[in-house]
Amino acid sequence: MTSESLIEVNNLSFSYDKRPILNGINMHMQRGQVVAIMGGSGSGKTTLLRLISGAIQPTNGHVKFAGEVVHELSRDALFSLRRKMGMLFQFGALFTDLSVYDNVAFQMREHTNLPESMIRDLVLMKLHAVGLRGAHYLMPNELSGGMARRVALARSIALDPMLIMYDEPFTGLDPISLSVIGNLIRRLTDALGMTSIVVTHDVQESLKIVDYVYFIADGVIAAHGTPKEVRDSVAPFVHQFVHGEEDGPVPFHYPAQSYKKDLGLGDYRV
Amino acid sequence: MFRHALSAIQNIGHRVIEGIWRLGHASRFFILVLLKSGTSLRRFGLVIRELYFTGVLSLIIIVVSGLFVGMVLGLQGYETLQKYGSESAVGTLVALSLVRELGPVVAALLFASRAGSAITAEIGLMKATEQLAAMGMMAVDPVARVVAPRFWSGVISMPFLAAIFSVMGVYGGYLVTVVFIGVDEGTYWSQMQSAVDFRFDILNGFIKSCFFGVAVTAIAVFEGYDAPPTAEGVSGATTRTVVTSSLVILGLDFILTAFMFRGVS
Repeated sequence: MTSESLIEVNNLSFSYDKRPILNGINMHMQRGQVVAIMGGSGSGKTTLLRLISGAIQPTNGHVKFAGEVVHELSRDALFSLRRKMGMLFQFGALFTDLSVYDNVAFQMREHTNLPESMIRDLVLMKLHAVGLRGAHYLMPNELSGGMARRVALARSIALDPMLIMYDEPFTGLDPISLSVIGNLIRRLTDALGMTSIVVTHDVQESLKIVDYVYFIADGVIAAHGTPKEVRDSVAPFVHQFVHGEEDGPVPFHYPAQSYKKDLGLGDYRV
Repeated sequence: MFRHALSAIQNIGHRVIEGIWRLGHASRFFILVLLKSGTSLRRFGLVIRELYFTGVLSLIIIVVSGLFVGMVLGLQGYETLQKYGSESAVGTLVALSLVRELGPVVAALLFASRAGSAITAEIGLMKATEQLAAMGMMAVDPVARVVAPRFWSGVISMPFLAAIFSVMGVYGGYLVTVVFIGVDEGTYWSQMQSAVDFRFDILNGFIKSCFFGVAVTAIAVFEGYDAPPTAEGVSGATTRTVVTSSLVILGLDFILTAFMFRGVS
């Protein structure tokens, strides 16, 4: 642990009913860092984000955000803490009944008493940062997937948070939009001095922009390191994941009985 | 055989327990909505915006249905009453049927189909597309910001819609019996005036529609908020809103009628 840590995840475990999802996770994320959390589908990456934001309670361990244990806070204190956090959902989660402008202005109107003229300036500045100032009058259903995510990004930085969590920000994007979102994550993190956590499957794009990577497999941290360490790693799981090999520690085949037995061949002939 | 019977009993028991659990869950949610209604009162603009969607946009179906129901009542009432030479009482029949029963009940059934299902679908889709989760992440309580304004808009608009339904029904009856059939206009209105009591008929009808408004909207917001976040889940929740609301309206109507009109001639 360092004094610069914004987030400390200590011995964190979580189970749905009695099914363990995460087991003894330890992480430290410093101010100004972009950290990637990678792992296969269903490995518990999004659950980890929900634990960090206090949306669910851990079965063991704790998360500290800016020195406060998240799951020990009262509801009011948690909501007050969440004003320092932003989250970009997988498909943006824009409010479909509000325009792009009103989506970005939403938090300002809910949490501040700023005059409308100042809100207007701030909204246009946030939209300008993601390159969509000219789209402020559009409705969410008029946006492409990449544009919707950029608007959601502008909305999540509306109150200049200390932390932004990105849940699969690259899913379903074309290469240009993917690169735009990746660069925006890096640029905004640096410009606003915040911390970013990126949950993603996209190894190549995320390794270009992140400072540190955690790999989660079977509910534990299978590996972690800088992008260079990850690229050079010979650990079987990391190697398979980074190079997208179809078989390895994560098997191609779902566990089953013998193939010959299933087909009734050889000794199993009926 | 014995195993099948046991399984059937277990199944019934499971469904009963599940039903009771869900009722408790819905009751807790209803109390939560009431507790979090402060935002709706402080920022009444949120409720007014929803009043447009639940109330104003339901007006056409309420006005047209009310007119036709009144026309049918007038026609059927006249056909029956004239056999006994009492066709002059047709205005009374139309008005009492509407303000006591058909106005609140049919308007509530239409409201459940038009506005209740829309509320459920909207909240359910907001949940499925993570809009409610996003709101929570922005430190804005979705129950206070999304659910409570919709609930109060339904509660407020229902009595007005029922009243409009009854008024249109009375005019529908007038149209058929007075304009088309030729019943005396003075008789139609004066019989109605003397027979319809403000306290027992109009006020009780208003109270009924208030109960229906609370029931329908509470069911609609609960089903939407509780819907599984999938296309199938939202569609199932919308169906449940209409079916449950309709049954609750009819059941409540019987109970309220039994209390309100006991001993009233």
